[in-house]
Amino acid sequence: MASWLSTDTKVLVQGLTGREGKFHALAGRDYGTQVVAGVTPGKGGTDVEGIPVFNTVHEAVEKTGANASLLFVPPPAAADGIMEAADAGVALVIAITEGIPVNDMIRVKAFLADRPNVRLVGPNCPGVIRPSAKVKLGIMPARIHRPGKVGIVSRSGTLTYEAVGQTTALGLGQSTCIGIGGDPVNGTNFIDCLEMFRDDPETEAIIMIGEIGGSAEEEAAEWIAANLKKPVASFIAGRTAPPGRRMGHAGAIISGGKGTATEKVAALRAAGVLVADSPALIGETLVKAIKG
Amino acid sequence: MKVHEYQAKEILRRYGVATPQGHVTDSPEEARQITKDLGGKSVVKAQIHAGGRGKGGGVKLAKTPDEAFEHAQKIIGMQLVTHQTGPEGRKVKKVLVEAAADIAQELYLGITLDRAIGKPVLMASKFGGMEIEEVAHKDPTAILKEPFDAIAGLQPFQARKVAYALGLTGETHKKAVPFLLALAKAYVETDCSLAEINPLMITGQGDVVALDAKMNFDDNALFRHLDIKEYRDLDEEDPLEVEASKFNLNYIKLDGNVGCMVNGAGLAMSTMDIIQYAGGSPANFLDVGGGANEEQVRNAMRIILSDPNVKGVLINIFGGIMRCDIIASGVVKAVKEIGCTIPVVVRLEGTNVEEGKQILRDSGLAVIPADGMKDAAEKIIAAVAKGGN
Repeated sequence: MASWLSTDTKVLVQGLTGREGKFHALAGRDYGTQVVAGVTPGKGGTDVEGIPVFNTVHEAVEKTGANASLLFVPPPAAADGIMEAADAGVALVIAITEGIPVNDMIRVKAFLADRPNVRLVGPNCPGVIRPSAKVKLGIMPARIHRPGKVGIVSRSGTLTYEAVGQTTALGLGQSTCIGIGGDPVNGTNFIDCLEMFRDDPETEAIIMIGEIGGSAEEEAAEWIAANLKKPVASFIAGRTAPPGRRMGHAGAIISGGKGTATEKVAALRAAGVLVADSPALIGETLVKAIKG
Repeated sequence: MKVHEYQAKEILRRYGVATPQGHVTDSPEEARQITKDLGGKSVVKAQIHAGGRGKGGGVKLAKTPDEAFEHAQKIIGMQLVTHQTGPEGRKVKKVLVEAAADIAQELYLGITLDRAIGKPVLMASKFGGMEIEEVAHKDPTAILKEPFDAIAGLQPFQARKVAYALGLTGETHKKAVPFLLALAKAYVETDCSLAEINPLMITGQGDVVALDAKMNFDDNALFRHLDIKEYRDLDEEDPLEVEASKFNLNYIKLDGNVGCMVNGAGLAMSTMDIIQYAGGSPANFLDVGGGANEEQVRNAMRIILSDPNVKGVLINIFGGIMRCDIIASGVVKAVKEIGCTIPVVVRLEGTNVEEGKQILRDSGLAVIPADGMKDAAEKIIAAVAKGGN
């Protein structure tokens, strides 16, 4: 299995007629992505800069052959939008929306359990980009990316850009970059991405960016120790975050003394991952990891 | 969002969770009357959003209505300090006056999200009245965990299992099962992030009653619980955080002296981290968000600068959705308006970075430009150490 994106990726945008949906759909198209449809209930039959808009995802898929969705639907209706895309057989659903209730995401996960062929990335994430294929499904600034060999996975958006910027500056470039989102219940997790990177011939080294809250980094560390030979560098955000406070991301909270950066760093180091002490050193740390 | 104990109990009662009889009041006179109505004895409990109220002197047993009056008089208006309030404490505005209980046994119940499996989990322990983290630390096996399906809800067999594990038998067991089911229903239907009954009381008569109650709610779901949203008590929150929330800014006040303005939660946390790594101390977490406008940026700057501890500001923007020119003009306006005299270091990267830098250059302000996070952190710390521009 290689990157989830390819030149065959045909994307429909849920919420294309909204301000952000339109802006990022067009930016994606400018980058080279095939943006084939938009979905906004009630606006079927119209178009946005030549991109046809449909009332339902099912219709958009049927008429355009879209196989991926980029979702900008507002929080109260976002879970419904994800399930609609999944039901229409869209294989890759990328949910950008921030602020979806946890209980809605629990319902989405149960709905997706019956549809194992659907991959949800996010919500509350910047999306996925593969520079070599010129495919961008998300809100990341395209111009900082270069085709290359580093797979990047992160719970944070702008911190991902930081890692991208550093790997570009070092001449390494990126294979695929995935933001898995900052919510406590999400679709794709670190391990899903690491597994893809392991099997992706384009990816030679990996950056994993975590943050406080939950135990996804610890689980990933365990998986890395047992399954991954490619060099991995990491950074964990939130070493200075006070416990009990939600640091912007719904999932970034230290509760009951669990989910601290210290625990996560220790787990990753125990798995042989080089962890950068400063976010400015992510790229340099990866270079060290590559040199072994 | 957090609510007071009396509010949590109001919500729980609607779902059939048994609580002691009682009323909330802000008047000592009324506390006396409530105690009379309860049969002459009561417990007077300070209502603040923090645990450890008993140890801090905020929970008192009254053996007579007059004693209830005296306790209420002392507690209302007091600055209650607990291990969760910080040294300045929290001002008590109301007390909950409840029937004094005949406690035979104190247990623990809590429901929260188990993130690893993406399901709510019911936690129960025989060690009531203690903090669950403490119990978990001493003996993890003392906590029983029963995950349940949020859609199907907690099932009776699960409630029976938990009640047996808590050692409850006979009539008490029969009362515990509907109690647990009601608590789980309340948790799911009101979009809680935490529902905690600590202690859960077993009375001398074998009744099962929520002696204390704590509920936190998923902020993202409050749009469908307008009644619960009404319970928000702004006095329990930091005034600067309340001010920031009016402009949809994610701001958390910290103790340091370097104010930060950043776009994105992960980068905002990392900016705090790198300030500390470079030898400084962050004054706040502030995420201006993905699509902030000039007005939000201006207010963000104003809020950062209104913290008297702040001796310098670090602005760190990696624009994706966020355009650097918008940040730059918001900052320029705010600085001109407020007449900021402390050093400001700005690191801009990403969308419209050149336009943003140009706006800063043209402003004539003594803003210090930086390349990269490390450079920015080092520059602001050096500038703060120098004590001015």
